Amino acid sequence: MTDKIIEVQGLKKSYNGFVAVDEIDFEIKRAEIFGFLGPNGAGKTTTINMLIGMAKVTSGIIVYKGTDLTKNIKKAQELIGVVPDESNLYDEMSGFDNLCFCGALYGLTKKERENKAHQLLELFQLKEAANKKFKAYSKGMKRKLTIAAALIHNPEILFLDEPTTGIDVASVRQIRNLIKELNENGTTIFLTTHYIEEAERLCHRVAFIHKGKIIENNSVDNLIADSHTTNGVEIRFEPVNEKQNPLMQNLKNHFHGFDCMQVNDSTIKITSEDIIDIAPVVSFLSNEGLFIYEARLLKPSLEDAFVKATGIEMDILKKEKEKNKI
Amino acid sequence: MKTSIAFWNILRKDMLNYYLKPPNISWGIIFPFAWMLMMLVKSGNTFEINSVFPGIVAMSILFGTTSMLSVTITFERKSRSFERLLIAPLKTELLVLAKITGAILFGIFNSIIPILLSVLFFNAIVINWLVLIAGIFLLSIISTLLGLFISVSAKEVFEAQTYSNFFRFPMIFLCGLFIPVTALPAIVQPLSYILPVTYGVDVLHNAISGNGLLPIGINLIVLFAFCIILFYISIFNIRRKWIV
Repeated sequence: MTDKIIEVQGLKKSYNGFVAVDEIDFEIKRAEIFGFLGPNGAGKTTTINMLIGMAKVTSGIIVYKGTDLTKNIKKAQELIGVVPDESNLYDEMSGFDNLCFCGALYGLTKKERENKAHQLLELFQLKEAANKKFKAYSKGMKRKLTIAAALIHNPEILFLDEPTTGIDVASVRQIRNLIKELNENGTTIFLTTHYIEEAERLCHRVAFIHKGKIIENNSVDNLIADSHTTNGVEIRFEPVNEKQNPLMQNLKNHFHGFDCMQVNDSTIKITSEDIIDIAPVVSFLSNEGLFIYEARLLKPSLEDAFVKATGIEMDILKKEKEKNKI
Repeated sequence: MKTSIAFWNILRKDMLNYYLKPPNISWGIIFPFAWMLMMLVKSGNTFEINSVFPGIVAMSILFGTTSMLSVTITFERKSRSFERLLIAPLKTELLVLAKITGAILFGIFNSIIPILLSVLFFNAIVINWLVLIAGIFLLSIISTLLGLFISVSAKEVFEAQTYSNFFRFPMIFLCGLFIPVTALPAIVQPLSYILPVTYGVDVLHNAISGNGLLPIGINLIVLFAFCIILFYISIFNIRRKWIV
């Protein structure tokens, strides 16, 4: 996982004076899953569109395996498969015909595309629905077929734009497993998602983009490690009707250096610069009359790294995205 | 080889998904039939087939091609399936050529019914079948390219229809379909000569009655030039508007 498959330098896109992407640099290594995270309007889609040849580049270069995309877009397009944020296959065609048609666009012979279509339908567990019209597919099935269509010509790089948004849990799990499997078989994956835990679970490296600029670009482990400034404990108990303000104060007084917050009527969150020993805290709260059923150390996550880097709470990001999907 | 596979499959997909659907085939039959019937009823015993034959053929082609292409392209853009074609490693010229070929064939198909009706039932005389075929072919291409030109500018299907009508209805009067260009007021005649359909219709007049305005060769050259210009303007517009 050392050689670069995509190299982006000084990439910029402006429309009528508005800078959507502002001189960003990054590289994607062969056979890695690269996550691209950012709020709405951050420049993610514009960046993807430039990478796949659907948007013109204002300045900068995009190099795919040594080929400058800005000079030879069609050669670069042979190497890539694209899964847009909305399934865009043909409603009136069957799943099998859709796959074969997509194969034909890349010059696959009839035999080649039919064989590959059968393989993909099998892999994506869509064999039973092969002859059904695309419009009769469920959302999850449509998403899977759209991913399959992007793989019909065996691309080296797969662009996945929000692959699991708006689909059922079973399909989400299946798609995530398929992404892992494809990557294990050597496909390089460029992934945008607003499910940050998805990026944390799947990606090797992640870049955060905000207001057109890349503000962090590192391995997931490094991003999480860098965001780890405080220790935290979350304690859950039987709901109490009112705010336990005196209890919070007592807790602070008893354990110096603690910052305590009652999240809701059944949860307390404690943070501290020092390592927190859970047992005495639980014992103290029990003595204060709370019935505790869960206490856990809060591990830093990619979400913490994102919030730290962008200053944007993930809840806001999710709400933004959900609103756009309606 | 690779490009021919892509070309053939885009054409095949469009034919199966759009042009060969029963409503569109019936349109190709009912539309010219209704127009001929209307002419027959209106003219009574004085009905002269050769005076309306070129107009009905031209209208069948013009309405068939512009409607279908502008709707199918706008529909595919709206559903984003057109993006699939744009991100494939195909030259825009090849992609556009594949998309318009279906509409051209549809235009040619639309001309068959009025020709059959005119020749078999109304004893219309065609003095030069070869020129008629060339005229139908070129008129189908030029009408399709007008449809393409419109569809590249429209974002919605209803917009494409509105723009199409904006071009088509004036053409019925200005391009010599039923009213000879020379019979139009002098002030509007220059407009007729800047509309490519005028030259296509003139080829049909030449083929059917020999009463064309211009020599066939001139018509063919002008039509060919219009085809090239409209094709490249559309390519330019696709690259400028759709790959922003």
